[in-house]
Order: sequence, then structure tokens, then C-alpha cells
Amino acid sequence: MPLALSRSLLVLLFAVLVAVPFMPHILYPVFVMKVMCFALFACAYNLLLGHTGIVSFGHAAFFGTAAYVTGYALRELGLPPEVGILAGVLGAALLGAVFGALAIRRQGIYLAMITLALAQLVYFVFLQAEFTGAEDGMQQIPRGVLFGVLSLRSDFNLYYVVLACIAGGLWLVHRIVNSPFGEVLRAIREHEPRARSLGYAVDRYKIIAFSLSAGLSGLAGSLKCVVFQLAALTDVHWHMSGEVILMTLLGGMSSVFGPAIGAVLISALHHYFDALGAWVTIVVGLVFIFCVLVFRRGIVGQLNHMLMQRPSVTRSAAANIKEKHHAAV
Amino acid sequence: MARSSRLSLAASALLAVTAWPASAQISDDVVRIGVLADMSGIYADLSGKGAVEAVRMAVEDFGGTVLGKKIDVVFADHLNKPDIGAAKAREWFDTGGVDMINDLANSGVARAVATVAKEKKRHIIVNGASNMGITNELCSPYAIHYAYDAYSLAHGTGKAVVEQGGKTWFFLTVDFAFGIGLEQQVSNVVRANKGRVVGAARHPLATTDFSSYILQAQASKAEIIGIASTGADAVNAIKAAAEFGATKNQKLAALLLWIEDVHSLGLQTAQGLLLTNAWYWDANDESRAFGQRFMKRVGKMPNMAQAADYSSTMHYLNAVKAAGTDDPDKVSAKMRELPINDFFTRNGTVRVDGRMVHDMYLWQVKTPAESKGAWDYLKPVATIPAAQAFQPLSESTCYLVKK
Repeated sequence: MPLALSRSLLVLLFAVLVAVPFMPHILYPVFVMKVMCFALFACAYNLLLGHTGIVSFGHAAFFGTAAYVTGYALRELGLPPEVGILAGVLGAALLGAVFGALAIRRQGIYLAMITLALAQLVYFVFLQAEFTGAEDGMQQIPRGVLFGVLSLRSDFNLYYVVLACIAGGLWLVHRIVNSPFGEVLRAIREHEPRARSLGYAVDRYKIIAFSLSAGLSGLAGSLKCVVFQLAALTDVHWHMSGEVILMTLLGGMSSVFGPAIGAVLISALHHYFDALGAWVTIVVGLVFIFCVLVFRRGIVGQLNHMLMQRPSVTRSAAANIKEKHHAAV
Repeated sequence: MARSSRLSLAASALLAVTAWPASAQISDDVVRIGVLADMSGIYADLSGKGAVEAVRMAVEDFGGTVLGKKIDVVFADHLNKPDIGAAKAREWFDTGGVDMINDLANSGVARAVATVAKEKKRHIIVNGASNMGITNELCSPYAIHYAYDAYSLAHGTGKAVVEQGGKTWFFLTVDFAFGIGLEQQVSNVVRANKGRVVGAARHPLATTDFSSYILQAQASKAEIIGIASTGADAVNAIKAAAEFGATKNQKLAALLLWIEDVHSLGLQTAQGLLLTNAWYWDANDESRAFGQRFMKRVGKMPNMAQAADYSSTMHYLNAVKAAGTDDPDKVSAKMRELPINDFFTRNGTVRVDGRMVHDMYLWQVKTPAESKGAWDYLKPVATIPAAQAFQPLSESTCYLVKK
């Protein structure tokens, strides 16, 4: 997408997000906070799927673990929210490193199955552990006072804190993708043996990517836990792992922020078609089938593609070079 | 636009805004009742569509308006997930203009919503769930536990079974707030009557294969297998117990059965089971009349929670009318002041901790020979007077109870 266009879109979006708490009847702030959490979750997930080429089917474990860790820190240990959220993020990142170290020994579908198995282990730990309240979830988590000055009890304050955290998280995703480190990840995605032959410690890069993706997913989970004052099994259930893949694919895994669009779409479908009950799942399924059949690149991927295809000598020349480069690889 | 007209427009808008609360005592000019129920899951039969219809019937019978303002009914599915229920309740209270949430089947959801209601200072009436927390640690002036609770079940079915000689118990418990709370309450009753609890097996919500749990129950050699689950879980557990031959040497005590459960079990399997219900459609003329009307709309007989959905909605609307406002604090006071006399109960009162106290009844499932037709399933065994059916106020840990 042309830089000017995407930049002005970004500014517009940010302005709308800042204005949300002033018009709660048009856009419900708590819902927007939830959508933002999922947007970060999906973009973090895409670090692995889109940019490293690793299909993880266990990301709910990171999302949910962070939620429970934050909940435990806030409710049982009485820690302030900033510490609780940090603990959640670190916990998830650590878990991500462990998952990564085990899972990257295999590739493709086997790797996905290993992450799924590990995530199910985590799920059953939270189902059985005393402090999680099993099916009831961990309820009555206090939101606390941020840095000892800002009370998060009011949705108004909390909204801007969440907005800042999510913006920070997304910025970090953007930085990671556009850094030399991100280049190496893409090199691994495109041709792993070649990256290895060039001297990159591929395994280490993969584990770090896992850990970063998990940590950022954890940030999303921790924030959701603070918003709803609840950590529940939904957050660690494999449905959540599936949902995030859906969001990412719908939005477009070739872009940095595409998955966020997917997250908005899926959350909005769930929210506004609530009255349909169980039929929402079917509607989401149909949207997904439509998306896969008609624009496989995802929403943002397709938009990018269409903008790129406009006749322009320099662009087509660039594409030619790119194609040749691919052929050489 | 000329400056003066703009000014006058602003002035009239300001006037309209300031005049508004004085002329109407109803927030946003509508009394909105939300039914938060399980519409699609394991408890959809005993809450679900029937609960929504019961509330709608109450609103229609009330006349559709209160203090000249429209009464509106909305509903949502909590999917038996506390996080989804709490999020919906929060949204309803924040931007949906919902004044009261009814039904709340599923104890985990009810607990989560009670927390939100307390924070937002809006009313909830719990009919579908049994968890004692609603009138204890989670109590507030805005929460009422109306139809029944775990204490009343324990002092109905539990006590009756112990008194019949069932001294050793093994529980098959559904693993969330409802099952665990019920197991606790019944265990208390068993121990108080010199009985013994030898063990418990916990299963997840919506379990379909009970074989390993039934085997554990058989191995325990307890005289009584207490089934601390309800709906499809209880039905599956009872069927599995019969299939595994557990009923030959051991007796089943289903601690919360609904009329729908008896319906799906069939009288052949369910006959002889004891159950504690606050209400049964075939108890008297009034209850039969309500039952038939409900039957016409929903296609099945109402259960105690659905009857209570109707009764409690009526009680709330009467309180709004009597208070002359839907201000939550004033309505709360009225609800605790007015007695409840209708087809659901006689001389029911709401205590300061939010417990609606009324007589409960112990029923037994009829044999196929005794049953005269469809939905003719229960015969009365005993009345549990209000004073014994519910936790004494002195034992409540609710902060509103002055000790």
C-alpha cells in the first residue's frame, strides 16, 4: 500500500480509537478494548505464521496462561496491574520458549500437532488446578491502580491504558518484522537450508520468534483479563487457537497489520450477530470459505495486491526483479 | 442559522435535558429486562426459550407498560461461559439500558454476573442457578436469589434420603460452582445426620460417557450415589448407572432434577426418584392454569425456574410501580418490602441478603401406572416449610446482614 495512504488511514483510525470513550452508545468501549486485544493477539500470532512460516496450533495456551498469571498476581498476590501484566507477558514468553524448543524439532503439520498437544496439556492444568476455578473461571479479579496513581476501575481510564499498551505491542510487532531479525525470519521461511548455510542459527531464531510471538499474545491475554476482571477456560481452549488462525488468514498473513483487520471482522461478527446464537459459527465459517475461495491473500493482502497491480513502470519492473530473485532461490 | 435562533435552540435543548429527570422517573424512558440464559447448550431445556417466554408472559400480563413507560424484553445466550455472561451483562448495563437481568441458569455465570451487577448497581434475579454465593459472599442490595438454592435441595432430597437410611454417600459431581456447591451442602446435611461421605468423582460439564465415574461409584460401596449435576448430565449419569447395574445394590439420589429431566429419562427409568422443586405445574388450579398457558406458547410444561422467571418479573415490575421509579436502590427496598402471593408461592418474602424465602416441596416421580397422561410425572411427598428450606439468616455471610 502506498505509504501516504496507509499513513493517513492509520492516523484516522487512531483518531477514531481515541474518540471511542466519548461516544459509548455508538461504539461500546469495552467491546473495542476486547477487539484491540484480539487484534494484537492475531498480529503477534502472525509473527510465526506469516513471517517465519511456522504454523502453531497452540497459541491459546500463551493467551490464556498470561490471563491466569495476571489474574493470580492481581487477585491472590494483590500486586499492582503493571506488575501483573508484566508477569503475564513474561510467563507467556517463557512458555513460548519451551513450546518452541520442543516443537521446532519437527516441521509443518507435525509441528502444529506438537503445539496443539502442549496447549491441551496447559488447558488441562488450568482445568484441574485449584486456583483457576475450573469452569467458573477466575472471577472477581481487581483492576487495581496503575503505577499507584491511575485507578483502572473506571472504563474511561482503562480504555486509554489498553489503547497505549496495544499500540505499543503493535509497534513492537512492526519493528520486529521490519528489522534485520525479521529479514532472517523471512529467509528461514523462504528457504531454511539456505539460511542455515549462510550461517544463521536457525533454531535459535525460531525459538526467539516463538517467544516473542507468545509474549505479545500474552500481553493481549493479560489485558483482556484486566478488562473483564475474569480469566476463563475459553482463553486457553483450542477454539481460541483456531480463532486466531482464522483471524490471521482472513486479514491476510502477508502483511504486518492485516491480521488485526481479521480480528475486527471476527469479533464484530460474534458481537453483532449475537442474536443468531449457535449460527454465528456457521456465518463465520461461510465468510472464511468465501475468503479462501475468492481472495486467498486475505483482506489486506488482496487490497495490497490490487494496489500493486496498477500499471506503473517502476512497480512492474520491481516485480520482475522480485520474480527473478524468487526463481533464483 | 441566525445567532439568536441557534441560542434559543441550545437553550431549549438544555431545558429539555434538565427537565427530563423530573418529568419521568424511569431511566431512558423504558424499563428493559434482560434474560440471560443458556439458549443452546446443556441447560437450554430448563432455561432457554422457556425462560424468555415466561418473562414475556409476565410483561404482557402486567400490561406492557409501567408508570406509563414501555417494558422491553431482550435476551442473550451466555453459552454456559462465565466470561461471556459477564461481558454481556456489563454491556447491557453500560449501554443497553437494561434495568434487571433474570434467569441466569448456570451457577458459574450467575456468580460472574452478580459481581458485575454489584459494581454497576443494577438488579439481577437468579432463578436457574443454585450457588449459595449469591446470598453470601457475593450478595448485594441488587441481587435476589428467587426460585431455589443448593441449601434447599440439600435439605429436601438430601435430608429425606439420609432419613430413609442412606448413611454412606458417594458423589458424582459436575465440576463447577453448581456441582461443588451442591455437594458441599448435601455433605453437611449427611454429616449432621450421622452419615458419612466416602468419596466423590468430578466430571466436566456436558459429559457424555459416565462409565469410569459410575465404576468409581460402584467401587466405593456407598449406599447412596448422590448425583450433584442436572439437566443432560444428570440424565446421562442416571442412565449409565442403570446400564452398569449400579442401581441393584446402590440407590441413586438425584439432587437437582427438573421436570424436563424426568421427561427425557422416561418414567420407567426415573420412577421412585425423589426430587426437590419449588413448584410443579399440577399442584393447584392456579399453577395448572399457568402451566396450560405456557404449554400453548412453548410446547412443554414450565419448570420451577421458568415459573419463577414469571413470578419474579412480576414482583420486580410491581416494585417499580410501588416505588414510582426504576431507581435501583428504591426498587430494591420495595422488593424486600412487598410480599409475594401468586401462583408460584404464598407469603414469599425477600430477605435482606436477597434470599426469597418460601415453602419448598419434596416430590417423588410417579410409576408409569400412576401417571395419567403427558407431563403427569410427580406426586407430592412433603412440604419443607420456608424456615427450614433456606439457610438461616444468622448463617449468611452477606455483609448486609447485621449481626
